Amino acid sequence: MLRTLYNQIGRYRGAALATPLLTTAEVVVDVLIPYVTAQLIDRGLTGGDLQAVWRYGAGMLLLALLSLMLGVAAGWSSAYASTGFAANLRSAMYRRIQQFSFANIDRFSTSGLVTRMTTDVQSLQQAFQQIMRISVRAPLRLVLSVVMCMVIDPRLSLIFLVAMVLLGTALWCIISRVRRLFQQVFTRYDDLNRSVQENVRAIRVVKAFVREDYENDKFARAAEALARLYMRAESLMALNHPVMNLVMYGCIIALSWWGAHFVVDGTLTTGRLASLFTYVMSILQALMMLSMIFVMLTQSAASAARVCAILEEKPDITNPSTPVCDVPDGRLELRGVRFDYPSPETKTASQHTSKRSALYDVSFAVSSGETIGIIGGTGSGKSTLVSLICRLYDPREGVVMVGGRDVREYDLHALRTSVAVVLQQSTLFSGTVLENLRWGRPDATPEECRHACRLAQADDFVNEMPQGYDTYIEQGGANLSGGQRQRLCIARALLKQPRILLLDDSTSACDTATDARIQQAFREQLPGMTKLIIAQRISSVRHCDRILVMDNGVVTGFDTHERLLQSNALYQEIFALQHADEGDFDEAASQKGGVS
Amino acid sequence: MRQPQFGAPRGPQGPVGLQSASREQRRVMLRLLRFVMRHYRWSLLVVCLCILLSSVTSLVSSLFTRTLIDDYIAPLLASTAAGAGADYAPLALGLLRLGAVLLLGTACGYLYNRLMIRVSQGTMLRLRKHIFQRMQHLPVAYFDRHSHGELMSVYTNDVDSLRQMISSAMSQVLSSLITIVATFTSMIVLSVPLTLVSILIAALMVYVTGRLGRWSRSYFRTSQESVARVNGFIEEMLSGQRVVKVFCHEEQAIADFETINERLRHAACQASRITSVVMPINGNLGNLGYVLIAVVGAVLALGDFPLLPFQSAVSLGTIVAFLQLNKSFTQPISHVSQEINSVLNATVGAERVFRLADAEPEADEGEQTLENPQGDVDFRHVDFSYVEGKQVLYDIHINTEPGQKIAFVGGTGAGKTTIINLINRFYDIQRGEILYDGIPIVQIDKGSLRRSMAIVLQETHLFTGTVLDNIRYGRLDATDEECVEAARLVGAHEFIRRLASGYNTVLQGDGGNLSQGERQLLAIARAAVANPPVLILDEATSSVDTRTEQMVQRGMDSIMKGRTTFIIAHRLSTVRGADQIIVLDHGHIAEQGTHAQLLALRGQYYQLYTHNGID
Repeated sequence: MLRTLYNQIGRYRGAALATPLLTTAEVVVDVLIPYVTAQLIDRGLTGGDLQAVWRYGAGMLLLALLSLMLGVAAGWSSAYASTGFAANLRSAMYRRIQQFSFANIDRFSTSGLVTRMTTDVQSLQQAFQQIMRISVRAPLRLVLSVVMCMVIDPRLSLIFLVAMVLLGTALWCIISRVRRLFQQVFTRYDDLNRSVQENVRAIRVVKAFVREDYENDKFARAAEALARLYMRAESLMALNHPVMNLVMYGCIIALSWWGAHFVVDGTLTTGRLASLFTYVMSILQALMMLSMIFVMLTQSAASAARVCAILEEKPDITNPSTPVCDVPDGRLELRGVRFDYPSPETKTASQHTSKRSALYDVSFAVSSGETIGIIGGTGSGKSTLVSLICRLYDPREGVVMVGGRDVREYDLHALRTSVAVVLQQSTLFSGTVLENLRWGRPDATPEECRHACRLAQADDFVNEMPQGYDTYIEQGGANLSGGQRQRLCIARALLKQPRILLLDDSTSACDTATDARIQQAFREQLPGMTKLIIAQRISSVRHCDRILVMDNGVVTGFDTHERLLQSNALYQEIFALQHADEGDFDEAASQKGGVS
Repeated sequence: MRQPQFGAPRGPQGPVGLQSASREQRRVMLRLLRFVMRHYRWSLLVVCLCILLSSVTSLVSSLFTRTLIDDYIAPLLASTAAGAGADYAPLALGLLRLGAVLLLGTACGYLYNRLMIRVSQGTMLRLRKHIFQRMQHLPVAYFDRHSHGELMSVYTNDVDSLRQMISSAMSQVLSSLITIVATFTSMIVLSVPLTLVSILIAALMVYVTGRLGRWSRSYFRTSQESVARVNGFIEEMLSGQRVVKVFCHEEQAIADFETINERLRHAACQASRITSVVMPINGNLGNLGYVLIAVVGAVLALGDFPLLPFQSAVSLGTIVAFLQLNKSFTQPISHVSQEINSVLNATVGAERVFRLADAEPEADEGEQTLENPQGDVDFRHVDFSYVEGKQVLYDIHINTEPGQKIAFVGGTGAGKTTIINLINRFYDIQRGEILYDGIPIVQIDKGSLRRSMAIVLQETHLFTGTVLDNIRYGRLDATDEECVEAARLVGAHEFIRRLASGYNTVLQGDGGNLSQGERQLLAIARAAVANPPVLILDEATSSVDTRTEQMVQRGMDSIMKGRTTFIIAHRLSTVRGADQIIVLDHGHIAEQGTHAQLLALRGQYYQLYTHNGID
């Protein structure tokens, strides 16, 4: 874990190294100053020598100036190193998350990732800065003071030895427990974050059902659980102080008792006893600082563990060692594919994975340029199929082949550029329409973007928006309707100019007329592209070359509309349901339109 | 039901020590202080007492060296020198007394630490609950405007920044003040001119610290804002991480992140740089003061200034004693000014917390409650615009009878979604009236109004919890049986039963592992269990597959019976079976009537119905 963190210091290593060195120099100068002070008093004031006062005063000011410069330099370098370290951590985590497969993402929650990248990193940054500066100062002082005690009277320094052992054990006991508590504290932070996130996202639902009080209770529970645990951790940590005080006070009393005896015996002078007390105080201060470091370390150890969990998470899906970078054509074949969703990391979460397998022994082949419809009930495995083709997941058994090769042989970037998928959840990002479209191809010209929008039947409504293609889309596309979002998502995918296009129920919020126009545009203008269209409505797939019928993870039919109508029971049933006077408003319209 | 109120800001004058703070910051500080005082007055009193006691005991322990030597060891040495043998009893007694005092001090220290933990954590808890409660009453438009990550950042980063300030700063300042007062008195007694020098140095420290503080504050603000931006970015991008993957957008996403990450690093570095130099500067100002006093004292004592009346009062012994005092005077001052600085920086976080707490809640001046709602909703010449100057709806006039089915038809951007957002007052209309059972909806208590209708939105949102909890969200006092019944009604029972733990399956991350259709079924079941007289359905059946849709439709039909239903749907049967069809065109009602009436009109509806072909 330390190794992982250490690597993140990166180009700030110089500053991270300079800080303790500068601090050491500062400590040395600071130690010299009291010496000069003593001279100033003894020679100057007590001796009544004004010249000496000036001389030592000047010397002291010089040292003060030096100490100031060193101190400022140490401060600056520590600030530079620690904020740089934090930035590197965030960057490394973010980069790592970008490499995550869907299965990796499933293991962490979004809110958990957010806490790790903000709160946890913040606490690591502070700890790092403190440690760089104090970790030199405190031990240095401690060691120097203990050495001085040994020099003055080895017998009495035995007291310190006993005290150290006692203190060490006590602190270790406290800290090992606090550490575990802090680990839990951060999980509670995730809960708190999630509670806020869910509430903010679903605020319309909350308001529509007047569930403000209920939400308040829910949030209060999360906040209270956090506060309770945090309080327990802090209270336990607060024991550090009295424990240390008690040990040190014990030392003072023991020192006084034995010290008095030794003085009376004549084996110790009063002056030396007095200086021993000074060192005890100095040790006490150093220990306080050390305990502060310990507190910081325990607090940040939990953060460090959580950060490292991300940095050390192995991406499930990686590029092959000698990747194929070119997808030759739009052929597609699945052979004996079987797939289950991985169960998430937490115990509670594992309950919610369904007991059914997502896909059983799925095999079929599609040639380049074909348009394939996929139809089937809720949870029949249609979306899973799509995820496997662009390698968002790897199948448990069997092979997925694109362009005549196993998808695992391709460079991921090349594969996903050639296999475009429009996901069910139409996610857009805050930014202009054009910026969102250019996700498909960063160097697409405005004309190319417009062309893609025309194919996806989005050009018209985009033009009607106040700033056209420069209109700003709010987070999550809040200022667009569901159908509009879907069409922009399709246009975005088209810009990739893929060999295979996968539409996962991507026109569900569009009316049938628009849906039909999109398909017509595909047929006429993109003949070479293999198209897989998942849909609920038979009208959306009936004109496809072939239709794949799925039921509970199994392919039950793969043929043309007409033949399926004759042979496939499930297809017949769906068709009957949709055409028994129940069809779509717009669909009926288009049928009649054809007649008239 | 009333939330705890924060003290209203009073006058602009604040304590002297906070001169470097801006008015705004003083206001925020005082408000926070008053909030803490209100809830923890007695705890804080005990804390003050404990701090006083533990300061005194630590003073006793630091003085003990002299006492030990002068009062115990010297007599012992004298008596042994006199050959009388050593009597250690008085020493043992003295040490016992010391031990007792120190024990008391330690106990006091522990006690006030524990209390301060309670105060700081308790305050954070109260603040979090308070802003969350307030947030629940903010208008929907507020959530449209603010990124989710930014809001989340207030609950964690900003509230956390107060912890340090409350738990350590308060007690530090207090104990420092006690020391300052004690040493100051002794200093005045010893020498007035030297005290003036001391004060000069202390003032310089306070001034420099204040200066640095003010300088750093703007950086702290930038830094805290950068944190919120990074937060917002991460939240949005990680929520859409699947799209990022599918589009191989990783490189770009990293590049974008690097930009704002670097900006945060820069701001944080600037802020932290300034704070980290405060300590060395103050420490060395202390050294400067030391020299100054030594020189001035020496000059006063040794030099010959007949014009100065008080020079004879300064002896060498006084100077040496004064130098010690000066040290224990300036040290806490530099402590206090540093603490105040960090406190002021924490106000940046507090400010953002209060800004959220103070955001204008949605108007809810209605006082009438709907005792026995009938579901009679009428629109009277309604005009609406989201943003001033960009009107979206024009003169919408609809009369309904309870139990009618109203279907909205029209192209995208016609205003269908907007209309249904007005009925339950997600947004307030500018002109005209909407009536529920004849009462203008602005006069109806918002909770009562919203409880009288259920809504199924385009976007499905589920909550972390069991399937049963999610259904029960519609009506909290629904029994398990009623929830199951609702699920059966909308056809969700089948798939729920197939889940690992059935109705007790825990959903996470917005129902992550359920398909879109399954999630939508749950949302419909949620509305079904609410059982209100008015239903609002927004493309509710769009992503449910045909067989499921069939079941949903049947369930829907049965719950629509006897209820006023506003529906945006593409289904022919829904539109045809509607009592009223409203054809919307660019925010205007183009046509209005039953299927037959509209067909007879041969207008837009007829066009839609017959000619909306592929060309």
